[in-house]
Amino acid sequence: MSKHSELRLDLALVADQIFEGSRVLDLGCGEGALLEHLMATRRCRGTGVEIDAEAVLVAIRRGVPVIERDIDVALADIADDSYDTVVLSRTLQTMLRPEYVLENMARVAERMVVSVPNFGYYPNRLRLLAGRMPISKEIPYAWYNSPNLRFTTLTDLEDLFAQLGLIIDRRYTYTQSGRRLRMYGRVPNLLAGAAVYVLRPGR
Amino acid sequence: MSDDDSDGSVGLVETQTARLFSAEKPLALASGATVGPVDVAYETYGTLAPDRSNVIYICHALTGDAHAAGWHEGDRRPGWWDNLIGPGRPLDTDRFFIVSSNILGGCRGTTGPGSTNPATGEAYGMEFPLLDMADFVTVHRALLAHLGIPHLLIALGGSLGGMQVLEWSLTYPHDMSHAVIIAASSRLTAQNIAFSAVARRAITDDPNFAGGRYAAEGTNPDVGLSIARMMAHITYMSEDALTAKFGRNAQIEGADPGFGIDFAVESYLDHQGQVFLERFDALSYLYLSRVMDYFDPFSRPDPLARVVADPVRYLLLSFDTDWRFSTAHTLRILAHVERAGLPVTFRELRSPYGHDSFLLVDPAYHATLRAFVDRAGEVR
Repeated sequence: MSKHSELRLDLALVADQIFEGSRVLDLGCGEGALLEHLMATRRCRGTGVEIDAEAVLVAIRRGVPVIERDIDVALADIADDSYDTVVLSRTLQTMLRPEYVLENMARVAERMVVSVPNFGYYPNRLRLLAGRMPISKEIPYAWYNSPNLRFTTLTDLEDLFAQLGLIIDRRYTYTQSGRRLRMYGRVPNLLAGAAVYVLRPGR
Repeated sequence: MSDDDSDGSVGLVETQTARLFSAEKPLALASGATVGPVDVAYETYGTLAPDRSNVIYICHALTGDAHAAGWHEGDRRPGWWDNLIGPGRPLDTDRFFIVSSNILGGCRGTTGPGSTNPATGEAYGMEFPLLDMADFVTVHRALLAHLGIPHLLIALGGSLGGMQVLEWSLTYPHDMSHAVIIAASSRLTAQNIAFSAVARRAITDDPNFAGGRYAAEGTNPDVGLSIARMMAHITYMSEDALTAKFGRNAQIEGADPGFGIDFAVESYLDHQGQVFLERFDALSYLYLSRVMDYFDPFSRPDPLARVVADPVRYLLLSFDTDWRFSTAHTLRILAHVERAGLPVTFRELRSPYGHDSFLLVDPAYHATLRAFVDRAGEVR
């Protein structure tokens, strides 16, 4: 009775990175679809963190435990190593302090799953070359109304991971349409619309 | 029990009383003292499911009573949480069986310091033993046993009611599947205790208090009790709510300044103090408020061990303008519960009305309770 088909494609991939029976912290959990899926099909326990009031209500109705607070504020109150996996799905780019958030994720869990849109995706570069800020399926906002505060390419992001001592266990990259890219090295920085990283603190 | 005139109301209700402990088999308090007999006033709404799986227990706040919903014959106002309880309301009496009782030490039908002490034939007064949050829970559990209810779907309460739910969930987690704790605290601050101290001093220093023997002497500390209520009432409202309601409006336009009730807000407080005298007892105020001062469950050794072994799903709610029990109080509970690995949901709701918000209708607040309760009802 997998509800996998109902999960957004990137969430399904995130779900696949999470071990059966884990305690999961889902930062920016939205309506709680991932946690609901993990609780129903993988015997997981967990907590979501979400600041959007409507989404929080849906999560509550689904039976997903959710803390309605800003991610960085909520994270500060979470104990060291108190979760098996911490998830940050397409949210890092909206954080005022991404470095702080990543550091704290490494503090609270031994396994981190981070999904991000890739600002270095080639249509974005072309649009910028043409003198326009990128707007794409992954970044569907104008500069003045975007919730995204921090734009990063995969290469820049991986530099930050290294700087924070985070080890990349796996990286999955996608085209804009959601097709998996079977490529390694720096090429995906040009061809991937988004990526999912599985990280662990190098401690 | 339907009332065609008021859609969603449980209609006419009556408070019932059960003798849960007798003089021969008294209630053993956490302090080691005993009280007996103990009568408990309670009301129920809705219908108990054949498998008894649909029970919600309401714990009331400092000055509440068993009459949470519906109407008593001839009353001008419904029960204190009527906006929440009824057919189609968030605590839907078409689906849930709701139990609401007056707490031990109260003065609304349950045994308290104003009750007759069988040893003397007079009111207990200050002879009544000091109470503990655990004692409220003991009596709630006795009522459930009396009603033949083995398990609660949800225990739910605001303010002191939420503190009872917290205590209950920590000490007897197998009694319930869900705990809803609203605008409550796990540990009063010095400021909280200070306000309660002044309220109690107003009562005990009223000459008519007579060392707690006012009932026997045929008096009542009206002045002290009404001042206690007036001051407490200020802490239940936000500054903005008071401003919106009264501003600096004069009570009588154009009247000469003096030391009477010049401002509208003074008249309001005076009224609150006066109507309180009709329904509340000074000794109950002392005893119940003192229980709150001493409540500090997370200071006990391994306070969450039982509930971790028998998990309860928590919903913790606070209101952003509440300065009686600010969101910091609820976050403290959240930190303990979350760190214990328990399933917990937290929301800070926006409301202009301060601590009193938990009694009022607010769309986001009621939608949150509805979502949590509906879910609980499905998975029971």
